[in-house]
Order: sequence, then C-alpha cells, then structure tokens
Amino acid sequence: MIPFTTSLRRCLLAACIAASLPLHAQEPAAPAAAEAGAEAGSVTAAPTGFPEVLRALGGASLSERSALLDALLAAKHPNAAAVLKAWLDDHLHVRDADGAVFITAETEAGDPGSFGLTDPVTLAASGPEPSEGFTKVGSNNALRKLLRSALASFTLGSPDAEVRLTAVKEMLRAPDDATLATLRERRAIETDAAVQAAIDAGLAYADLASDNADTRLAAVNVLSGSLAGETIAKLEALRDPANEPDERVRSAAVVAISSISLKRSLYSGIETLFFGLSLGSVLVLAAIGLAITFGVMGVINMAHGELMMIGAYTAYVVQLLMPNHLAASILISIPAAFVVSGLVGIAIERGVVKHLYGRPLETLLATFGISLILQQTVRSIFSPLNRSVATPEFMSGQWVINDALSLTWNRIYIVLFTLVVFAALQLILRRTSLGLTVRAVSQNRAMARSMGINSDRVDAITFGLGSGIAGVAGVALSQLTNVGPNLGQSYIIDSFMVVVFGGVGNLWGTLIGGMTLGVAGKLLEPAVGAVMAKIAMLVFIILFIQRRKQGLFPQKGRAAEGH
Amino acid sequence: MRNPSLLLSALKADRGGQVLLGLLAIAAVAVPVLNLLVPEGSFFHLSTYTVTLFGKYLCYGLLAIAVDLVWGYCGILSLGHTAFFALGGYAIGMYLMRQIGPRGVYGDPILPDFMVFLNWKELPWFWEGMNHFPLALLMVVLVPGLLALGFGWLAFRSRVTGVYLSIMTQALTFALLLAFFRNEMGFGGNNGLTDFKELLGFDLKLPGMRVALFLTTVLALAVGYIGCRYVIASRLGRVVQAVRDAEGRTRFIGYQVESYKLWIWVFSAMLAGIAGALYVPQVGIINPGEFAPINSIEVVIWVAVGGRGTLYGAVAGAVLVNYAKTWFTAAFPEIWLYALGALFVVATLFLPKGVVGLIPSRKEKLA
Repeated sequence: MIPFTTSLRRCLLAACIAASLPLHAQEPAAPAAAEAGAEAGSVTAAPTGFPEVLRALGGASLSERSALLDALLAAKHPNAAAVLKAWLDDHLHVRDADGAVFITAETEAGDPGSFGLTDPVTLAASGPEPSEGFTKVGSNNALRKLLRSALASFTLGSPDAEVRLTAVKEMLRAPDDATLATLRERRAIETDAAVQAAIDAGLAYADLASDNADTRLAAVNVLSGSLAGETIAKLEALRDPANEPDERVRSAAVVAISSISLKRSLYSGIETLFFGLSLGSVLVLAAIGLAITFGVMGVINMAHGELMMIGAYTAYVVQLLMPNHLAASILISIPAAFVVSGLVGIAIERGVVKHLYGRPLETLLATFGISLILQQTVRSIFSPLNRSVATPEFMSGQWVINDALSLTWNRIYIVLFTLVVFAALQLILRRTSLGLTVRAVSQNRAMARSMGINSDRVDAITFGLGSGIAGVAGVALSQLTNVGPNLGQSYIIDSFMVVVFGGVGNLWGTLIGGMTLGVAGKLLEPAVGAVMAKIAMLVFIILFIQRRKQGLFPQKGRAAEGH
Repeated sequence: MRNPSLLLSALKADRGGQVLLGLLAIAAVAVPVLNLLVPEGSFFHLSTYTVTLFGKYLCYGLLAIAVDLVWGYCGILSLGHTAFFALGGYAIGMYLMRQIGPRGVYGDPILPDFMVFLNWKELPWFWEGMNHFPLALLMVVLVPGLLALGFGWLAFRSRVTGVYLSIMTQALTFALLLAFFRNEMGFGGNNGLTDFKELLGFDLKLPGMRVALFLTTVLALAVGYIGCRYVIASRLGRVVQAVRDAEGRTRFIGYQVESYKLWIWVFSAMLAGIAGALYVPQVGIINPGEFAPINSIEVVIWVAVGGRGTLYGAVAGAVLVNYAKTWFTAAFPEIWLYALGALFVVATLFLPKGVVGLIPSRKEKLA
C-alpha cells in the first residue's frame, strides 16, 4: 500500500501549501452541520450524502459507526479512501466546538500539541489548531477489520500487482457477499497470475459453502491446485458425509487432498534439503580452513575453532565501530576477519607449530593450549557473555516462493558465500604461483626446497591462509548464532569430522563431505531428534573411517603414502 | 603371575616407581592418623575435605597411568579416556543410587528420584541388579572394557593410527556426552546421578568412610601401578613398545600388531573405569560433564607435564596439575586457563620428558 499512502501524503502536503481557503469559509455551515450530526446520532434515519455521513460519524457511538461506514462507502465519494485511511491510522478527529470532522496530520514544525487540518470533503487544508479542542474518531477491532477490508477494495484498482495482492489477501480475511462480488469483478479484468490465483483460491473457499453441488465441485477442483495448509483443512472437512452430501464432491476432495499433500511433501523435502545444504555450508566453512592446515600441511590445529571465534569477534567490533552502516560493516568485516585471524594464525605457526613439525601429537596438544589461551583472552577483553551481531536488512527475512516453501535469506547467503569462498580458495591453490608452491611443499618438502622454494615462508603463508579462512567463516557464523568465547569449541570436532570424512588433502572432499553430513543430519533430525541425529552422524563417521580411512576422496599417488 | 621374578626385577630398576610406592605407603599411614587421631584444633590435623581432595588427585593419578600406558608405551594418543572413566563412575553411581532406596526426595523404594520425576513407572532393564555391589564392580570394568574392545577392534583392525585415532576417540567421548545429556538415556540426563547416601551400608559422609575410600584409592593406585609395570615388563609390553617405535616393522616381523594394541587398550580402559568408580563416591556426583572432550585432553596434559612413558611421571603430573588447578581456581580464577594453556605449550615445546625428566637419572650422574 505504499504508493497509496504516498499519494495521500502528497495530496495533503499540496493542500497544506495551498492553504488559501480561509477558515471562515466553512464557519457558516458548521452550526447547521452540528445539528445534523446531533440528529443522526439520535434519530434512526441514516444519512446518505458523504458530508452528512461524515458529520454523523463524529457523534456516533462505536456500534453505530459500522453502519455509518457502509453509508460512507455507499456514497462513493472520491475522498472516501482518504477518510478511511485516516480513520484507521487514528488521524480522523472531530472538532469539539462544532462537530466538524477533519483529517489531521502532524504540523510541519512537528509540534505535538497541534494539528494540521484537512477538510475531508474538499481536501482543503487549514490549521494548525491546538489538538486539545479535538476528539479522535475511535475504532475497535471489529471496525478496524471492516476498515481494512474496505480500504483493500479501494486499492484493488492499483496498477501495482503487489499492492493488489495485499489488498486481495486483506479482503479475504473477512469475506462477505460484497467483497466477493468485488473480487469477482476484479478477477475478470485481472492480469497478474499471482493475484488471479489468490482471488481464485478465495472465491473457491467461499464457493465451498455454496448450496449448488456443481459449484462446490468446481471449487474443489480449483483448490486442488493450491498449496496452502488451510486448504487441506477445509478439504478434510468435505470428506465427511455429514458435511458434504454429494458423492462426487467427496471423492474430488479426496483426490485433491492427496495431490496437495504430495506437492507439499515435495516442497518440504526441498526445504529439508535446503536446510541441510545451509547446515552443510556452515560445516564446510568451518572445515575448509582446517582442510588447508590439516589436509595440505598435515598440521593439527586445535585452535582452529578459536580462529573462527576471533573472526566472529572481528565482525562484532567492526559493527561497534560503524553502527549505522550494517550492510557495509558486514562487507568490511570479511576482509578484516581474514587479516586478523590470518595474522594470529601466522603468529601461532611462527611461535609454536614451526618447532613441532613431524610431531603431530605434540602439535595437537600445543595448539589446544593456545586455544585455551585465546578463549580466556577473549573472555577477559569482551566478557564471558554472548554478544550478538546484527543482521543487515538484505539478509533478514525470507524468500517466499509459494505457500509451501519459503527460504530464509541469511541461509541462502551463507550457501552462496560458502561456494564463493570455496571457489576463491580453489583458484588460489590451482591458479596462482603461491598455490603452486604450497602444493609443491605439501607433496614433497625436500624436493620443493631443492627447487629453491622457501618452505618456511610457504608454511607460514599456508597456515595464515587457512587461519584467515577460519576468520571469514567466523563472520558467517556471527550471522547465524551469538558470538561467544565458546563459539569455536562447538565446531572443532565437527570440522575435523568433515575433513576426515571428505578425505584429507582434498578440498573437493571437504565440500562434498560437509554438504553430505549437513543434509544427512537434517534428514535424520525429524525421525530421531537433533541430538540423536548428531550422535548417529558421529558414530557413522567413526564406522566409516574404519572402512575407508582415507575418507571419501583419498589422495592418490606418492603424496598419499606419507599419511 | 607366570613370572614373578620379572616383575621384581622391573620394580628394582624403577627408581621413580619405588619413590611413588614409598610415598603412597607413607600417605596410607599418615593421612588416616592425621585425620582421625590428631584432634581437630591441632595444627597437624588434616581436614576430611583435604582427605577427599587427595583421594580425588589419586583417582586422577590412576586415570593418568591408564593414559600413559597407551600413549607413552603404545603411541596411541587417546583424547577420549574420560569416557571410560565416566562409564566406570556411572556404573558405581547406579549402585549408589539404588542404595538410596526409599530415602529419596520422592520416597520411591525402587525408582531413583529422577525417574520418578520423569514419570517412569518401572526400572529400565540396565538398572536391574545394580543394587548388588559385586555386579556393580563387574560393570565398572566390563562396560569400559567392552566399549574399548569394540572401538579398538574396529579402529586397529583397519589401521587407523596417529592423529586420526585421536580425533576418533574425541568424537567417541563427544557422542557419549551428547547421549548422556538426554533424559531418555535413563542416567539422570543433565543432572547425572547424585545425592548418594551410603556404600555397603556405611554412610558416605562419615570421616571414617572418607578415609576408607582414600585408602582404597591408594591401594588401587599402587596395584594399578604395579600391574602396569608388570604388563610393560612382560612380552606383551615389549611388543607394544616395538609397535610404538616402528609399527610397520613389527608387523613385518610377524607380530599381529592389532591384537597387542587391542589388549593394552582394553586394559587401559578398565583401569580408567576403576579410577572413575573410586572417584564418584568421593566427589558425590557423576554427570555428563565428565565426558567433555576437554577433560580427556587435560588428562593427556597431566601425562605430558609429568613425563610421558614413565608411569610415575603421569601420577606426578596428575597431582601437580590438579593441585595447581585447585589453588589457581580459588586464588586467581581468571588466570587458570592462561596457565593451563601455557602449560600445554611449554610442556610440548620445552619439556619433552616432563618434570620427571628434569631430575637427572643415575646413569647421567655417573657420566
């Protein structure tokens, strides 16, 4: 309804600026109208003209106002929509002095004590006047429902299909004969498919209550194309002979239900698959940095989870620094987290891991010690409490595909982001000279060194790269969960599982392994519950490693022998 | 014992072991005397709290020996040994729960409180018979032993080694952690088993009972130590050390590496189970938190700090680190994780032989 409100606002503004009509011009009419209003309030004869109805509205009780609303609509005045909108928004007021009704607006100065006034009949602006002398034309829930529905029928003519769709849905909330007739008229000239479908479904719901069996049958046939959960509920009721005397309609309902259920389960399958993929993406993001340090370098880095945590805290700090630019802060925190985590990673490599090459178990213990230190450091700096990183607008909300399927944007972005990170990493390793040296050192360190590669430097850079990716993964995680000192700990076992499952030293294995585990976990979840699904996955991997200890995609050739 | 002279000669050469056993003997005499006979106001009086604390350290010592046996002598770095420890603890915990009887909060003569709370009508099958002490004792070694047997059989047969095995053991204990957190498992879920009243009819809160538990722990540690020493001195132990140093060669010589590894692994798991069973009556609670992977890694660091591959070093490391933990977490709780983390790094970088490696051996002195 946005265009509608803006046009109304523009109207009011123009009227305010051109406020040439003096207040006196209305005065002679005012006392007479007040009398008319008093009459309408007490006498049963309903007023018919638009100005008269408005006047009556001022003095009417809440229960009388619904009848007056119908009269207002029946008058078919071009300003009716503006009045209804103002009424719904609590901007319709009666001047206590003379009973005249005005559409009120905030004054240009923004003074809360006074109103800018617009006469609803002429749309001429006057005021500002002090708000003390006015009474709001109130409404209750029932009235607001009617108002919304009436307003929707006005907006049905909007050129914007989205607006029309909202209007149709609004009208269908409380359908009566009048709204149904309006909708039928609209259906004949409607061009947009989504609006057509919405109107069809609404009309079909109404037709289900029809006395004519053929109409009901047609309605059931129309509804069999729908996906909404409430359709099934309505059709279920028809299966009962007590509700539906006609045999044909009953059998049509059964067919329709099975067709809808089939489609819905298909879509819910797609949804589960998507949830699995997004969970898998998180696993892949967490594991892919590990795949580099563990897989390519053979170094066990138990502080990997903490490097993710540092990335997440980087996102938090960047957001603190620029609280008014959420979207920008997320985009900036990606490279920032890469650099921060990468530098911490290089420091770990130079300080500790370098001295322990060839002693994997000792490396494991030392890096575990580092992870404890990093956790406690973060606890000392940021407090042990969880922090939340706000989600920018383009990532919040969901993408509604149809009645049965809607996907949240942040998960869609995580999946895309994972693929981008993966592609970038593949490019670095496959297409750059850095990647060439990294692969050379990982395949045969002695030979690489004799070719003139500075293996020390390559080790540091590789470790930094893996750690930086962990930081980037941390930024992504900050969008899904709260950021806390234990953030990394909860992912470390999972990410090791993914790397081992996919096959050490193989990035594709990590991608496919992570996605597989994510989807399989989500598929199991409805059957056995989240915790049991997780346990089942762990047991599965433990057993899987017994069968194929090189993982899904074992490394081939000489490099594999070292493992 | 087929060859007692083997054990005697092994112990004779083991100076660290002699010191350890000597210290244990002194503690076995001094602690009861200082706690029970010296009057409470006296400077030399040892509080019951301290007795229990020492008992706890010695349980950790036994657990550390179990880890050192597989890590120091067989090269298997287990990051999941507290799983066996906790299972042993749960076994004895179940017995202690059944001993509460009708004295629980809900007063049910058979069902433990948490089952009444969960609205369970009857005892799950695995709780049957756990009110018999001998059966509980059997379970203390049987359950960890069987788990280790199953896991080890799968892992060693398919030649999963090194870091992979470590990660797998960690996954094992993590899976158990998640499982035991579930109420449906029937082990008290999040809260675990607690509120124990008595063991074999004796009130657990009595100072005499505390001392008895302490003495049992001392005895178990001493027997465990001697047992490990024997295993290492035996043929099994020597093959296992060969596996640690060169697994491929040992296999090519003709030894069936998998079964040697498996037996030492199962033995170690049973020791850990016994340690857990001694631990639970003293601390009075067992909950799924004991399965946390970080606990297992801490055990490894005790061994690393004390000195891997020495057994007595493991006990020394367990007592030292845990004493430091008790002191730090009371005096400077903020700093403890820094200290523990630094300990990991320092022990691996600068103390490859642990603190016992700092003491010069007799041979070095002669040279």
